[in-house]
Amino acid sequence: MVQGDVEDGPVATDGGARPQSVAATLPGLAGVPVSFFRGDEIIFPDRERYVEVATTLKRAGFITCSDLCAADYLTYMGRALPEGVVGERFELVVNLLSHEHRRYIRLRVQIPAEDAVAPTLFYVYPGTENMEREVYDLFGITFTGHPDMTRILMPQDWEGHPLRKDYGVGRVPVQFKDAPGPR
Amino acid sequence: MSDETTPGTVLPDKPDAVDFAAGLPGVGGDVADLDDEVGDELFEDFEELYEAETSEGDQELAPFEATTPMELLIEQGAVLRVSEDTAVDPTVDPDLDNASFGEGETMIINLGPQHPSTHGVLRVMLELEGETVLRSKPVVGYLHTGMEKTAEELTYVQGATNVTRMDYLSPLNNELAWSLAVEKLLDIEMPPRATWIRMLMSELNRISSHVMWAATNGMDLASTTMMIFGFREREMVLSFFEKTTGLRMNHNYIRPGGVAADLPDGWEDDVSAIVDTISARLDEYDQLLTGQPIFRERTEGVGVIGPELALAMSATGPILRAAGVAWDLRKSIPYLAYDEVDFDVIVGTVGDTFDRYAVRLNEVRESIRIVRQVLEKMPAGDYRAQDKKVTPPPRARIDESMEALIHHFKLYTRGFEPPEGEVYAAIESPRGELGCYIVSNGSNKPYRMHWRGPSFVNLQIVPAMLRGSLIADTIAILSSVDPVLGEVDR
Repeated sequence: MVQGDVEDGPVATDGGARPQSVAATLPGLAGVPVSFFRGDEIIFPDRERYVEVATTLKRAGFITCSDLCAADYLTYMGRALPEGVVGERFELVVNLLSHEHRRYIRLRVQIPAEDAVAPTLFYVYPGTENMEREVYDLFGITFTGHPDMTRILMPQDWEGHPLRKDYGVGRVPVQFKDAPGPR
Repeated sequence: MSDETTPGTVLPDKPDAVDFAAGLPGVGGDVADLDDEVGDELFEDFEELYEAETSEGDQELAPFEATTPMELLIEQGAVLRVSEDTAVDPTVDPDLDNASFGEGETMIINLGPQHPSTHGVLRVMLELEGETVLRSKPVVGYLHTGMEKTAEELTYVQGATNVTRMDYLSPLNNELAWSLAVEKLLDIEMPPRATWIRMLMSELNRISSHVMWAATNGMDLASTTMMIFGFREREMVLSFFEKTTGLRMNHNYIRPGGVAADLPDGWEDDVSAIVDTISARLDEYDQLLTGQPIFRERTEGVGVIGPELALAMSATGPILRAAGVAWDLRKSIPYLAYDEVDFDVIVGTVGDTFDRYAVRLNEVRESIRIVRQVLEKMPAGDYRAQDKKVTPPPRARIDESMEALIHHFKLYTRGFEPPEGEVYAAIESPRGELGCYIVSNGSNKPYRMHWRGPSFVNLQIVPAMLRGSLIADTIAILSSVDPVLGEVDR
């Protein structure tokens, strides 16, 4: 990529500055919608192409997966999305890091509520193991092919997925044995 | 053995343990084609890329072996979960002295969650053959308090109070990542003094965190003197924090829009005294531990991690640098004013426990270097942005101006409303890449807040470090990872 990219760190506050798009230079990413926000490049592969896109990016130098998380857009379905992307309830958000280009690229994958399943990224980036378990635990999105799809933060017998928007705050009785609930 | 599989959890179809290509979703039969291009494209300038910027000359990473990265990474991921049969199969890992294992049964023991060497409520399940660790699995979650859920109910102003409790050994770094993310969302610029104060506090925090690590690491390796030394030095830094922020921990000092207060009068003398003293005392650490044969015997060659594995497992911070990868967000993607100060990225060569010790100790020296430069270059001016939506009016103005009173009231009751959007801001915390991801729906509370905790991610590499080690080494290895469980569980 171009050397000028180095200047555009993830915390650059110049909202208008746009680094050169990585997605535009990779033929493997043709047809994937791209948007920019605050200097970050965000691409929106669909669920079927998601692992393939990540693999392509990995070959282009994004050798580390910095972060993988999800968001539940149940009460904010009208969020701005680029053309060609249909907003679903869940979104898988992956931040890939390229040491070579010194920049991040963000993948946002739409996951429908009725079929909250995504392919695992574990075989491309083994470092996503804990992160995918966290997403499964807190959002209930299952990753097919993940070697150890169990809860990680909540107790193993916990019911529900706390970070979903329909999971209330403080309205759930404490689930300890013999302890009376708050109401 | 009876471990991982727990009742009541959804287990998807696992791919065949051997045929990983088949289990690679979305790639399918494409794997074979990758082989030719991957190596060339990805690691063309590999040596150039990881040229370490140190004062000791170039310390380059060896290039990848002939194996393609794709194969390599799959293999490395799988190493952590080898089946029971292969774990004791002498043909699997020639480096491991499997011949001595015999026919005996393996044993599962739990290290923690109350064990003092686990630095918190971390539980590590160890599969032992005699005294050798075969497989292991860190079990976390005992400290989970749902901070990410809580944050959705707190305004952006209150958010800093929430996140500062996450990594309790470097609270100012948590606040910094939070503030940078919110400011990126707001798209406001910081006055130079605020930036430099943040940098000063962040580096002092790194010093206190690293000497605290040195203390607990000494304790784990039975050097109580080191523990007293470490706490003594940390105390000096915390006293300065108390003087500046009012609190020894959980400061809520770095806030969106600047910092809470200007530095106290005479801060230059305090900070100079701190860095001069610690700088001299680091030599005592060297005398006590660095050259000491017992310490070196216990740490050298223990828990070795190579650069490829560290990168594949998303490890960051001292673990990655000890493996020889010169990657430090302060240097590579500079935030604050790190591009205006002069410092080196410390890298190791072997990637063992001793390297991780040496990297941290020398990072303290580099932090001292940065702090000294901040002392010289600290600009005058505002310590917070003059943006009336984000920063409260000065206290004196509230008495004389109705508008100031309203601003103050609105800011602390309702807060500010950033534009819609989502941002990810990452900083180099003492433990690695600390990232904050915020989704804003235009209201005064974040719609979603997510933290990429370096300890959480770094713990994944523990099974790879522990494999083949002795129980006594397990303590040294766990200690060298430096997990803070408050951040792991959030």
